[in-house]
Amino acid sequence: MMNDYVSAFIVGGLICVIAQILIDKTKFTPARILVSFVTLGVILGALNIYDVVIRFGKAGATIPLPGFGYTLAKSTIKEVNEKGLIGAFTGGIKGAAGGITAAIFFGYVAALLFDPKTKK
Amino acid sequence: MTKKVGKQTLKMENKPRIISTFSIVGPKEGKGPLKDYFDVIKNDDLAGKDSYEKAESNILYTAVTESIKKANLKEDDIDFLFAGDLLNQLTSSSFAARDMNIPFLGLYGACSTMTESLSIASMVMDGDFANYIIAATSSHFSSAERQFRFPLEFGSQRPPTARWTVTGSGAMVLGREGNFPYVTYVTIGKVKDYGIIDANNMGAAMAPAAVSTLYNHFKDTGRSPKDYDVIATGDLGKVGKEITAKLLKDYGYDISHNYIDCGEEIFDNETQGTDSGGSGCGCSAVVLCGYLYKNMLSGKFKRILVVSTGALMSTTSSLQGESIPGIAHAVAIEYGTGGS
Repeated sequence: MMNDYVSAFIVGGLICVIAQILIDKTKFTPARILVSFVTLGVILGALNIYDVVIRFGKAGATIPLPGFGYTLAKSTIKEVNEKGLIGAFTGGIKGAAGGITAAIFFGYVAALLFDPKTKK
Repeated sequence: MTKKVGKQTLKMENKPRIISTFSIVGPKEGKGPLKDYFDVIKNDDLAGKDSYEKAESNILYTAVTESIKKANLKEDDIDFLFAGDLLNQLTSSSFAARDMNIPFLGLYGACSTMTESLSIASMVMDGDFANYIIAATSSHFSSAERQFRFPLEFGSQRPPTARWTVTGSGAMVLGREGNFPYVTYVTIGKVKDYGIIDANNMGAAMAPAAVSTLYNHFKDTGRSPKDYDVIATGDLGKVGKEITAKLLKDYGYDISHNYIDCGEEIFDNETQGTDSGGSGCGCSAVVLCGYLYKNMLSGKFKRILVVSTGALMSTTSSLQGESIPGIAHAVAIEYGTGGS
């Protein structure tokens, strides 16, 4: 149990450290970094490489954005296997529906409840 | 015969007086090194409004109306208002002017707007077209973030090289008479673009424009840098300031001993987390209307040259890969030099 926490902390932290370095040291906009992380997750997921990261990092690997890309890839592959090529269009969003709906819902709630403040 | 001197400079023969100034800043600027020179420091950068755009328009309105009061005038006495800001379609200025009964010209010069509006106001005064004119401008950190970077709601991180847009507004009333600091020369700048694309490196993008304007000002007027107590550029920041001083030296003008940059002066970058200094129309406006003007009245500075600098890109042009053109206009102001 404790081992899971530690490995999730390390893997999740490492993914965020990479993003922080990209923000500080490159001219990539945050939007580009976000999209690159999702795309990277899709590619690594399709190649079964991200599975290894998840086996070790657990939620530390599934919660950050590459984990979202991983879900897209895996559920697309699954849907294609079950329903044929049409699954390439329907599978990804179906599999990631929980994450997408939660992002929209909680984003909406946060927008209703809070006002942005000027940065300090 | 014209009043033009040299290539880009105009000599103000009637010496339009700056009879009053008013400066308002936000809480962060109010904690900076120049805090004692501002007329009003807002504790709430929303100024009691429900959006930052309304807040910016409100502080511009307040700066203009308070500058009129300070000059012991009424709104009716003012012939023209020349103002501009950074937002799309100049809404801060136009919406402030909507609540006033003053003929209005909106100006866009990005962060060079203070000397742009002051230049045009001085020319119209010198052409005897008016008795009183107001030159004003504003910027607001949070509305500029939304306009040029990301809305605050987006919650993005600021890169360490990012400039900090000044929340503030400055207004100056120009008149024909009285013992006040007066404008002697105006040098209108050319747009210069040396191909810089990085929006986080605006100091370097604007430096060539500042150099060109300063060089032509010295050449046209026959003055040299040491004729001024202070030469102040708008918001070049540390990097842009170094480039400007170095390039001008190559042209034979050494400005290093009396050169300041308003963006560098307004914040303490170390303790205030402003990284690369202040920017925005409001930056040179409040430094000029506050620090520089008040030090002229007290006799500390007798002759100053203000060169507000602007980066003339739009968010669309940046996304389309266009480089950032720069502009700079110079205004020479004097007081107590015996010339009036």
